[in-house]
Amino acid sequence: MSDAPEWLKHAKSAMNMTPYLAGIGGEIVDIGPVARSRLPYSEKLIGDPETGVVHGGVITGLLDHTSGLAVMVKLRQPMPIATLDLRIDYMRPAKPHEDIFAECECVRVTHEVAFVRGTAHQGDAKDPIALCTGAFMIIRGGVMGIPS
Amino acid sequence: MSETRDPAELIARIPYCRHLGITVEEKDGGVILVMPFQQHLVGNPNLPALHGGVTGSLLETAAIVQVLYELREPKLPKPVDITVDYLRSGRAVTSYARARIARQGKRVVNVHAEMWQEDETKLVAALRGHFLIPR
Repeated sequence: MSDAPEWLKHAKSAMNMTPYLAGIGGEIVDIGPVARSRLPYSEKLIGDPETGVVHGGVITGLLDHTSGLAVMVKLRQPMPIATLDLRIDYMRPAKPHEDIFAECECVRVTHEVAFVRGTAHQGDAKDPIALCTGAFMIIRGGVMGIPS
Repeated sequence: MSETRDPAELIARIPYCRHLGITVEEKDGGVILVMPFQQHLVGNPNLPALHGGVTGSLLETAAIVQVLYELREPKLPKPVDITVDYLRSGRAVTSYARARIARQGKRVVNVHAEMWQEDETKLVAALRGHFLIPR
């Protein structure tokens, strides 16, 4: 990522320090054309105490966060963005005790809206836990922030 | 978890719901989820605003709780797909959510959920989703 512009490196670092992401123990690992993040398994992520499977909201959170970063990568300059909507298809439950990865790509940017596709998996992107489709509002002329 | 059918008790035992600080209250013959603001729920520290993932998590939990409450099922319904519409920024105050079953089939339920903060008429976000009922 040495060729990434300064503002994008700054955005990556800010996205890594987002309280929610830090709270669940996730981290941004790559800011290439495909934004990547990693979330190690931990007890506090569990949504079903009987099986140890993580809560669906954890997957939503990681995909939302990584999608936001993917939009920033595509924008080529710092601009605030906001999630308009996010659809998550849960393909299978995440296996307990294994890392979860999110990979998101901004497939199209218009003047006001960015469209993202993403995948959450556990090492093999061809065997996804979940797929996501998101739309993000681009707030041109706004002060640089982090997407909510 | 088959020994309990009380949604409030069940949610209290889910680690991720505890992490988010979600509790369940019975009100007017239904259930409402309450999530007080905490620093680690923030997605945008500049505003500050709740993370979209937190909003989605609260809404998905509301949908799950409603299914448990109405169907009196001991097992947690499994999400098949969800769509979250983000209507306004979630601020650094207490959030509330509730859901209703829009359509109940034999194996799948379609659930709509809403989240608001100080003003119940100003929704922060809304969810539609399908959930599998485990048999």
